[in-house]
Amino acid sequence: MTTKKGIEVSIAASIAAQLARVEVVAAYPITPQTHIVEHLSELVANGELEAVYINVESEHSAMSACCGASAAGARTFTSTSAQGLELMHEILFIASGMRLPIVMATVNRALSSPLSIWGDHSDIMAARDTGWIMLFCENGQEVVDSIIMAFKIAENRNVLLPVMVNLDGFSLSHVIEPIEFPSQKDVDSFLPPYKPLYSLHPDKPVTMGAYAMPELYTEAKYAQETALINSKKVIIDVMAEFGERFGRHYKPVETYNTENADFAFICLGSINENISTAIDELKSNGKEAGLIKLRLFRPFPKDELLAVLKDKKRIAIVERAMPGGAANSPLYNEIASLIYANKLHITLENYIVGLGGRDVHPEDFIDVFDMKIAAKKDNNNYNVIGVRE
Amino acid sequence: MIEVRFHGRGGQGAVTLAELIAQAAIKSNMYAQAFPSFGPERRGAPVQAFLRVSDRPIRLRAKVYHPNNVVILDATLLGVVNPSEGLKEGGFVVINSNKSEDELKNLFPGCNIAVVDATHIAKEELGVPITNTTMLGALVKASNIVDIEMLEEPVRERFGVVAQRNINAYKRAFNETKIIKA
Repeated sequence: MTTKKGIEVSIAASIAAQLARVEVVAAYPITPQTHIVEHLSELVANGELEAVYINVESEHSAMSACCGASAAGARTFTSTSAQGLELMHEILFIASGMRLPIVMATVNRALSSPLSIWGDHSDIMAARDTGWIMLFCENGQEVVDSIIMAFKIAENRNVLLPVMVNLDGFSLSHVIEPIEFPSQKDVDSFLPPYKPLYSLHPDKPVTMGAYAMPELYTEAKYAQETALINSKKVIIDVMAEFGERFGRHYKPVETYNTENADFAFICLGSINENISTAIDELKSNGKEAGLIKLRLFRPFPKDELLAVLKDKKRIAIVERAMPGGAANSPLYNEIASLIYANKLHITLENYIVGLGGRDVHPEDFIDVFDMKIAAKKDNNNYNVIGVRE
Repeated sequence: MIEVRFHGRGGQGAVTLAELIAQAAIKSNMYAQAFPSFGPERRGAPVQAFLRVSDRPIRLRAKVYHPNNVVILDATLLGVVNPSEGLKEGGFVVINSNKSEDELKNLFPGCNIAVVDATHIAKEELGVPITNTTMLGALVKASNIVDIEMLEEPVRERFGVVAQRNINAYKRAFNETKIIKA
């Protein structure tokens, strides 16, 4: 018998960090991340979570404090959004380069300017190549489960890399929905205390993040990249173990109705729910469309994607970020590169939706399927659904 | 799936109202989703909250544009927003008001109306004119969206020592809500 609780996803995310017995939280509040760190500070202040909550003056300091805490051997958690993520940017590379298993809930939000506090993926797409493992969530249950799994992935000795759990600002973070929490006992058994390989301690000095001469830098980065690529095996194993223990099964690439269709959408995050609703509607009218959901974005799950892409004829890549002058939006470019390298013949379409919190409707995806959203006649290779020109 | 849109002013607890119903529905083994009109919180400004309740998992992340019911916590909003916009045929306007039946019929032509003087009840039962928990009773009367008994646990969890007064308020509103069919 499972009991689901009606709870705001942000509060649920902080409870997941509590269940993971985080030891240090260093964070700076920013909408729409605020409820996560507010609740964590309450849990610490009330003695319900035995952790140090470090108040800092900026996100740059938050991530710096997280690096220090993690290097000293503490299980470390933080959360941010939008401009906060960009202010952390340089330290994101330090966290991954120093192989620090920090977990961060990134509550995805549009970047200024113009100022927008609402959700899209422009923040994470600007930080996608920082060497972090990146998971995306479709609903609140996935957020809770992903945060718990993230620590187990990050702290694996074959990985030792930071993990970002992405959840859409407001449309996920501020929604009250049914969520099932694992018991503390079960989480403890799944996620034992973090035992660092090396840690900073005055009695036993070590150097971390040292200077690398040209003779060494390439090898260090190659080793880091190799660890990131190889982390996929651990991610798959952790997801499988989580499924066995808790009965909720996750994979790097998940699909919906792809076996029945030669057309599929590819998307990240909570909009996948709207797309799956559109797919049901299409099915009821005798039309078959599939959905490919990337749960894992970094390392890019090439093999898993190829396995599902290989027999498709037409793919619509749906993204919540502008290309920023690139040929297409970020995910499109990666899918195109994968398809070219593997000599697949698939028609690719690129749709940009949901910028700055604009609602996206299942009907929009039905129109995409029915090719009602015509390709633009200018030199852009993508369509911005619903844009007024 | 039943969809509800709530109209209130910042600070009146429209979001809490949506949340309490969602929690009661989830406790009843249904699926539910409650969320605010996303944005900066502004006390006194018109705000909206949204609710979906379904017997199947809800896979939709967008505002409610065509509600089955709308709930109006504050009658002074009537000149500011159009609360019945997008209301589905046969749906209810659930309103906190002391206006007469004829006045309400003129305001919402063709709509089913559920009306209760929640401000009066809240002042008597709670001692403050905060109507969100009182309006729980009116919405349940109009829509049967959850069993009224299922509200008790979420209200007790949320309000602690003042829970009983809130329970009295929504039970009284349930009994006093007047249904005016279109």
